[in-house]
Amino acid sequence: MQQKPILLTILDVLSIIGLGAATYFALVFAPTEAVMGNVQRVFYFHVGTAWVGLIGFVLAALAGIVYLITKDAKWDRFEVAAVEVSAMFFFITIVLGSIWARPAWNTWWTWDPRLTTAAVTELVYIAYFMLRAGIEDPEKRARFGAVYALLGGLSAPITFMVIRLFRTIHPVVVGNGNPEAQGGFDMTGSMLTAMFVALGAFTVFFINLMWHRIRLGALEEKVEQIKLKVSM
Amino acid sequence: MTQPSPSFFKAVLAIARKDLAAEFRSRELLSAMLVFSMLVILIFNFALELNVDIRRTVTAGVLWTTFAFAGTLGLNRSMAVEKDRGCMDGLLLAPVDRSVIFFGKAISNLVFMLVVEAIVIPLYAMLYNETRIFQLEFIGVLLLGSIGYIAVGTLLSAMSVQTRTRDVLLPILLFPVAVPVLLASVKASGAIVAGLPFKDYVTPLNLLIVYDVIFIAVSYMIFDFVVEE
Amino acid sequence: MIEVKKLVKRFGLKTILKGVDFTVQPGEFVALLGPNGAGKTTFLRILASLSRPSLGSVKVAGYPLPNESAKVRARLGVVSHMPLLYPDLTAEENLEFYARMYGISNHQSRITEVLQMVGLEPRRRDLVRTFSRGMQQRLAIGRAILHDPEVVLFDEPYTGLDQDASEMLDDVLRSVAAKGRTVVMTSHDLARAEDLATRFDVLSRGVIAASGTKDDFKNSNLLDFYKRSLENRE
Repeated sequence: MQQKPILLTILDVLSIIGLGAATYFALVFAPTEAVMGNVQRVFYFHVGTAWVGLIGFVLAALAGIVYLITKDAKWDRFEVAAVEVSAMFFFITIVLGSIWARPAWNTWWTWDPRLTTAAVTELVYIAYFMLRAGIEDPEKRARFGAVYALLGGLSAPITFMVIRLFRTIHPVVVGNGNPEAQGGFDMTGSMLTAMFVALGAFTVFFINLMWHRIRLGALEEKVEQIKLKVSM
Repeated sequence: MTQPSPSFFKAVLAIARKDLAAEFRSRELLSAMLVFSMLVILIFNFALELNVDIRRTVTAGVLWTTFAFAGTLGLNRSMAVEKDRGCMDGLLLAPVDRSVIFFGKAISNLVFMLVVEAIVIPLYAMLYNETRIFQLEFIGVLLLGSIGYIAVGTLLSAMSVQTRTRDVLLPILLFPVAVPVLLASVKASGAIVAGLPFKDYVTPLNLLIVYDVIFIAVSYMIFDFVVEE
Repeated sequence: MIEVKKLVKRFGLKTILKGVDFTVQPGEFVALLGPNGAGKTTFLRILASLSRPSLGSVKVAGYPLPNESAKVRARLGVVSHMPLLYPDLTAEENLEFYARMYGISNHQSRITEVLQMVGLEPRRRDLVRTFSRGMQQRLAIGRAILHDPEVVLFDEPYTGLDQDASEMLDDVLRSVAAKGRTVVMTSHDLARAEDLATRFDVLSRGVIAASGTKDDFKNSNLLDFYKRSLENRE
C-alpha cells in the first residue's frame, strides 16, 4: 500500500482552514449588501465554485489533447478527475445561483448565457460518463473520453457566444456592467476581500480534490492489476 | 504487381458513391428519416397549435428540431451499416488516409440530410402556406447548419457504434455538443423568416461558419483516434 | 515477408500477446492454430494494421507497422469471418467500390477475372444480400485479392460454412496460394488446415508454443502435434 503523501495531508488541512476562513469572510466579515440583504452572501461561494468548475473544465479538455498525443494513462486519470470535480462544482454553482436568483430575479432559473452554458456543460459531463460506461476496453474508454472532452471544451465557448445573442440579465460584477443586468451591485473593499478569500480557498480545495481523485484512479488500477494476477 | 494508392478525393467520392448507390436501392434510411420528420411536424402541429401568429416565431425552431432528430436517425444507421458486417474493417484496410473515411461518410450523411430537408421544407410550406422559407438566405443557413451538425455527428456516430449502448448514446453525445449549431441556425433562419435585414442575423451566421470550420478541422485531425484499436 | 519480433499486445491491463516471434518466408502458407482466446484474431489484426502493437516490431512486406501502414495495406489482403461486403450492392458494385479504394486502374477486366476465379461470374449483377454464406465468403476472398496482394491473411474463413461450401472454399484458397502469395490463416479445422498449409504454428497463451512443417510429423498427424504442443505449455 502506497503511503499517502505528506503534502496531500497538508493540503487537506489547508482546504479545511481555507473553507472555514471563506465561510467567515462571507458570512461575518463582508458587509450586508444594501438592496438584497443577506442572500447576497451566497455570491462569494457562487463565484468560488464557478471559478474552479471552469478551471476543471479547461483542464479536462487540455488533458484530453495531451492523452491523445502521449497515450499515457495518467493523463486519462487526470482528465477523469478534472471532469468529476468540475461537474460537482458546476452543480453547486448552479444551485447557489438559483438560491440567489429567486429573490434577485424573482425566478429560480432563467435561460441566460451563463446559466444555459453551465447547464449544457453539465449535460456534456453526463454524456461523457455515459460514453465511458459503455466501453469495456480501458484504452478505448480513455481514447473516446479524451476525444469527447476535447469536443465539449471546443463547443462550450461557442455555445456561450450563441446564447448571448438571446437576451441576458445575468449581472457582470467584475468588469464592464451590462445595462440590462438585474441584481448587480458595486463591491466595497471588504466585499472584494471576501471574494478573493473564497477564490483562494476554493482553488486550494480544488487542487486537493483533484489530487485525491487522481490518486484514487491510480489505486483503482492497481487493484485491477492485483485482481488479474490473483485470477491467473 | 503493386497498385498505387488512390488520390484522396477519389477515395472520398468512392465511399460517398457507394453509400448513395446502396441507399437509393434500399431506401431504408431515407424513408425512415422522412416518415419520422413528418411525424415530428405532425406532433408539433398539435402540441404548439401552429396557427399563423405562432408560426411566425416558431417555424425555424420546429424545422430545426425535426432535422436534428431525423439527422441522428440517419447518422446512427449509416455508421451501423459499416460496423455490423465488418465493413468498417474493409474501409480501414484500404491504403488511404483514415480521414478519407470521415469525409466519405460525412458527405453521404450530408446528402441524406439535405434530401430530407429538400422534401420536408416544401411540404411544410404547403401545409402551412409558409412561402417565406423559400429564400436563398434561408437555404444558405440550412446548408451551413447541416454541414456543422453532420461533421460532428459523423465523428460521434463512429464512436457511439463501438459502445455497448450504441443506439441510445448518439443523441446524448451529439446534442450537447451541437447546441451552438442548432441555436445559431434557429436564430439566423428565424430572423430570415421574420424578414429582418442581414445585419440582424450576421452574428449567428458568423458563429455558424466558425463552428463549421473548427469542427471539420478537428474531426479531420482526430478521426484516426476514433477508429484505431 | 512477415517479420514479427517480441510482439506484445495489451488491452488495458490484460496482456493478450506476450512476446510473439514469428517469421514467414515469401510463398509460405502458414496455418496459425490455437485454442479460443489464445490471441489468434488479435495477432492477425495487428498484422493487418487494424490494431496497434503495444510493444515489439512488426514488418509486413518489407514495411514496418504501424508507421508505414498505408504501404502495408496496399500489399495486403484480408478475409475475416465477417464478409466485409455491402448487402445492398451487387457483387460487381462491391468489387468496384473496393477497386476504387485501392486505386486500381482498368478495374473492369480485373473484376471479371476475380469473379471467374471465385466462381461468381454468373451472379455478378445480383445483390449480395441474396447470396448464401458460402458465396459471400468466396466473394470476400475475391475482394481481398482484387489488388493482387503479396500477403493474404485469413481469419477463420470456414466459420459458418457447410461441407459443400467449405470444399469450394478449399479450391479458392488453393488457387490464391498457388500464385506464390504468402498466406497466414487461423483455423479451428485441423483437417482442412493440414491439407492446405505448408507450416503449422501453434499460438497458446500469448506466445508461439510450437512450429512445424508437414515433414516434422510424418509419422503422426497434425492433431497429435497440436495436442503435444499444447500439453508442453501446461
